[in-house]
Amino acid sequence: MSELVAWPVMTGRAVRLSLRNLDALLTSFLLPVMVMLLFVYLFGGAIQTGTDYVTYAVPGVLVMCASYGASLTAVAVSQDMSRGIVDRFRSMGVGAGAFLGGHVAAGTVRNLASLVIVFVVAFLLGFRAEADLQGWAGAAGVLVVFVVAVSAVSAVAGLLARTPEAAGGFTFVVLFLPYPSSAFVPVHTMPRWLHGFAENQPATPIIESVRGLLLDRPVGSDPWKALAWCGGFLLVSAALSGRLFRDRAR
Amino acid sequence: MEAAIEVVGLTKSYGRVAVLAGVDLRVARGSVYALLGSNGAGKTTTVRTLATLVRPDEGRATVAGFDVVRDRRRVRRAISLTGQHATVDESLTGEENLRMMGRLSGLSRKGARRRAAELLERFDLAEAGKRRVGTYSGGMWRRLDLAAGLVGAPSVIFLDEPTTGLDVRSRKAMWEVITRLAGSGTTVFLTTQYLEEADSLAGRIALLDGGRVVAEGTADELKARVAAWRLDLVLSDARSFAEVTRLLGARAVHSDPARLTVEAATDGSAAQVRALLDEVDPGRSAVERFTVRGATLDDAFLALTDRERAGG
Repeated sequence: MSELVAWPVMTGRAVRLSLRNLDALLTSFLLPVMVMLLFVYLFGGAIQTGTDYVTYAVPGVLVMCASYGASLTAVAVSQDMSRGIVDRFRSMGVGAGAFLGGHVAAGTVRNLASLVIVFVVAFLLGFRAEADLQGWAGAAGVLVVFVVAVSAVSAVAGLLARTPEAAGGFTFVVLFLPYPSSAFVPVHTMPRWLHGFAENQPATPIIESVRGLLLDRPVGSDPWKALAWCGGFLLVSAALSGRLFRDRAR
Repeated sequence: MEAAIEVVGLTKSYGRVAVLAGVDLRVARGSVYALLGSNGAGKTTTVRTLATLVRPDEGRATVAGFDVVRDRRRVRRAISLTGQHATVDESLTGEENLRMMGRLSGLSRKGARRRAAELLERFDLAEAGKRRVGTYSGGMWRRLDLAAGLVGAPSVIFLDEPTTGLDVRSRKAMWEVITRLAGSGTTVFLTTQYLEEADSLAGRIALLDGGRVVAEGTADELKARVAAWRLDLVLSDARSFAEVTRLLGARAVHSDPARLTVEAATDGSAAQVRALLDEVDPGRSAVERFTVRGATLDDAFLALTDRERAGG
């Protein structure tokens, strides 16, 4: 069975499953929207960022939405692996590439939809991008690459998790990753011992790239760092997924 | 004629647990073959190895003429595996599931749709096809499971405990489906822990115990191997039980000290039964009741696995 034929079928299946799992779908964009409302309306007044808080926080919220949404792929993969359906796929010749690729592709589509929703709400809250077409394209590009990379890592996490609940734990960790970074508050306001992590963790260059591209500010080498992180995630995931998929056979 | 399935010396261990310790099998094309054994005997591992999902440590197996290790892809195209656990998507409808399997088997969109409709009809699920599988009853989703395996028109069908957990009616319905399947020339290999199931469905049966085939043949052959008839004795007390068992020796095929019953193998003739009774109970006080009956597959199974465990 050629991977090229199996992949679109598996993607279609993963999309249909996402649509039928309504609560997970709703959570994937309600959560970032709630966080955004929380920060902008409740905390925003007290946080000094040098600009309108909404302008400062939205890129971080977008990245958080992207990473959280992508991490739900872990749960989807884990649910499949904990049931016999994967055996049937394998016995029909569907390999790791098509199976995981289907989940990653569906997750990316789902994620892009929720990013659009979050962006619309941000716009309603007063966020105004200053970017030209190039800036938009750049920001969108960084987000898409980020989504694919985190989905790939999540797929591997889904293979590693023993149960779907454990995979849920992974999404919880991913949800908190954007916080110790420049997403919601400037890093220099955090305790010194956190600076190192906050400045160098993978979320930071992505947030700074999206922020810079959307607000037409210099981004320096952040986009390259962001792409390097994403590339690393993708390579590691690709390397591990084949073996893990075969080993997880019950 | 080339066998549909041929297995030689299949061995598989998980860590230090030896699940398969040298399994040998031969299944003729177009037949129904049952692998009978209690839980933990190695049935599921055998089936999964033949379905190329598990790699054996030693031994060789060919299914539909292809080696399960070297020609995995070709084996997979020729078979289907239906297990005890759900191998269909519960959030999708029956029809969507079958269509998806059709596409994965290489059918076009239209071809997959047609095949799905055809299979739903054949398995009596035409109305349920539009409903989500999560709403199906146990018997219904197993029929769908079976249908899903048939989408690619496989030549060998593996059924791992197809009726475990089903109520009597659903079980009978499933038996009918399986019998009809076999009639169309497909080879059916099923595993089961139910002797009645093996007896009524299969042409040939292999008894699996402790990771090895301890006996193989038709149901009648197996029953004959352990003597066609049984003399069941109910003894009057523990002392009589001990005495009679001692006197019978190896002729006692099965004994239950708690119930004070002993089963002896016999050819069923009145002469032999009388002689046996006189021998073990000369005082005519030890035996309270006796019955002469035909041996069942139950007896064969117990006897052959007991014998195996005792090292006989």
